[in-house]
Amino acid sequence: MDIQFLIELIINGALTGLMYSLVALGIVLIYKSSGVPNLAQGAMVMIAAYLIWMFAHLLGIPIVFAILLAIVGMFLFGMVTERLLLRKMVGQPIIMVVMLTLGLESLLRGLGPGLLGASPKSLDLGLDMMPIIVGDVFINREYLVGGIIGGLMVAGALLFFRTRIGTKLRAVSDDHVSSWSVGISVERAVAISWGLAGISAVAAGAMWGSVQGVDWTLTALLFPAVAVVILGGLDSIYGVFVAGLIVGILGSVIPGYVDPLVGGGTRDVVTSLIILLTIIFRPHGIFGREDIERV
Amino acid sequence: MFYRLSGIKHTRYASSRALWPVTADRRIMQLLVALALLAPFFLSDLYLTSYMLPWLIWTAAALSLTLLMGMAGQLHFGFAAVLAIGAYTSIHLTRAGVPFEFALLGAGLMSAFIGVIFGAAALRVKGLYLVMATLAMQYLVEWVIINVPAISGGAQATLSTPDVTFLFMPLQSDASLYYMALLWTVVVTLLLLNIKRTSFGRALVAVRDKDFAAAVIGVDPVRYKLLAFFAASFLGGVTGAILAFCYYQAVTPEQFGFNVSIQLVAMVLVGGLGSVIGAYLGAGFVLLLPIVLTNVLAFLATYEWIPISFNLIAHIPLMVYGALIIGVLLYEPLGLAKIYDNLRKYFVVWPFRHTQS
Repeated sequence: MDIQFLIELIINGALTGLMYSLVALGIVLIYKSSGVPNLAQGAMVMIAAYLIWMFAHLLGIPIVFAILLAIVGMFLFGMVTERLLLRKMVGQPIIMVVMLTLGLESLLRGLGPGLLGASPKSLDLGLDMMPIIVGDVFINREYLVGGIIGGLMVAGALLFFRTRIGTKLRAVSDDHVSSWSVGISVERAVAISWGLAGISAVAAGAMWGSVQGVDWTLTALLFPAVAVVILGGLDSIYGVFVAGLIVGILGSVIPGYVDPLVGGGTRDVVTSLIILLTIIFRPHGIFGREDIERV
Repeated sequence: MFYRLSGIKHTRYASSRALWPVTADRRIMQLLVALALLAPFFLSDLYLTSYMLPWLIWTAAALSLTLLMGMAGQLHFGFAAVLAIGAYTSIHLTRAGVPFEFALLGAGLMSAFIGVIFGAAALRVKGLYLVMATLAMQYLVEWVIINVPAISGGAQATLSTPDVTFLFMPLQSDASLYYMALLWTVVVTLLLLNIKRTSFGRALVAVRDKDFAAAVIGVDPVRYKLLAFFAASFLGGVTGAILAFCYYQAVTPEQFGFNVSIQLVAMVLVGGLGSVIGAYLGAGFVLLLPIVLTNVLAFLATYEWIPISFNLIAHIPLMVYGALIIGVLLYEPLGLAKIYDNLRKYFVVWPFRHTQS
């Protein structure tokens, strides 16, 4: 029970949490503009990681260009998904939309490993493997880079919403009909937000792929990402940042002390409890907008 | 034409409220029941135990979920956990010497009580948040089962079911297991067919359509939501026990994982939300079609008629499953039951297509 162990858990947890935010950001972007909870975001992260791996290791393109190509690919993938699948579901009950994204998740989870091989692949971003040592605390370098990129992506998303397209996206997230009436193309805004979710999936895929290897287990990132999204509020970008930190730290500190006592696996329990308690006590999350329902 | 409507004139309320007023529907039902009863005599053991049996049991599970999702409108993404509670309770009860009949009841009640806790925690929310809450509870139940050795028998353990008798009929032969599953599925089916005609079912539908509006007309939404969770979880628990005893015969926590929950929801939705025949069609579709398609592809691949790697074949069921869900949701959001209904409506007036039926 020394203080160093705790500090190490907190720092690494916070960095992991920011990397969860990378996955969660895509869900929030899509939910904010179209009200679709994209449960296929984990699978999109996996596909993005497979794309980077394919460009970099199969075709031998330098990693920077591989990531750029993957960004273009995933942006298009997001737009096409929206055009072909989700646009037809407008006006359907929420359960249908949820199930559609889950179907997409299964499809992608079969497609990536099926075409490119199921065995875990290592994705080398050219990062140094040596941990950084500050005082007596070990910090994983990949997590540090991932955490920084997570923070930058959230900041970038916040700045993006100040631009001209971003303003349109905010209008669309407020109200579809009134956006139409002032000449904003809601369809295009929703498609762009899907493309942006594809880009954030590339960032998440690159970082998580380099941390834990590229295979189907990347789709399991959906669960902590859902916890981040629920805790932060489904339509809040600030929420992704703050809730990412909270989920990451709790999911690192509590298992750090409890796992030796009960025999492992508490991280999922902590994540489940975060989801459950948030929904019981504050369903719309810390920063989310409360829905008002009329009969 | 095939569903002749002439001569069907209701002179009493009882006849107009019959389940199948049209003679042809009744005949089809009689034929299906006869086929189901005679299945052990004309189907090979392989088909009986690896296709018919799981199809029936998963139909019962999908029907239990239909009661909750289709009629009461409460989304549940943790139903595999409910099945798991039923399966483990029944095994531990029979191992402790309780007769199988009471173990089934115990399994149902245990699931129902824990299921009501699910419901109570989720009372304040609906829609997407309910999905997330039940999903979280699925993980919690799974974790408890895996990490409490008294329940699962250790982390990697499988728990095999003891030999039991049901109403003095020993459940060992394939045929007896099949009849047990058939009996339970028929019971659940009859229950669901009739529940819409009771005040309880109508109250559930009122709560589903709008809970505030239901409260205005004097239906207590809290009470009926909890009752729906109780009833569906009871049915789910017994189904889980039947699943463990008749099909798996050795249970591990992985058999009741998150993916199974998703599969159950897929069965309900692909079949058609709230439809009884849809549960049958959806369970068959989600369970059997990927197997059949994979067998066809594997057959083609072994003769090298199509170039395809074995890694790809291993992943095709997952892809097909996902693509089928997407396809049905896009093409017919009301599910397979609606497709059957369209066919039936077509044949009601056949060959006069433009007549109003």
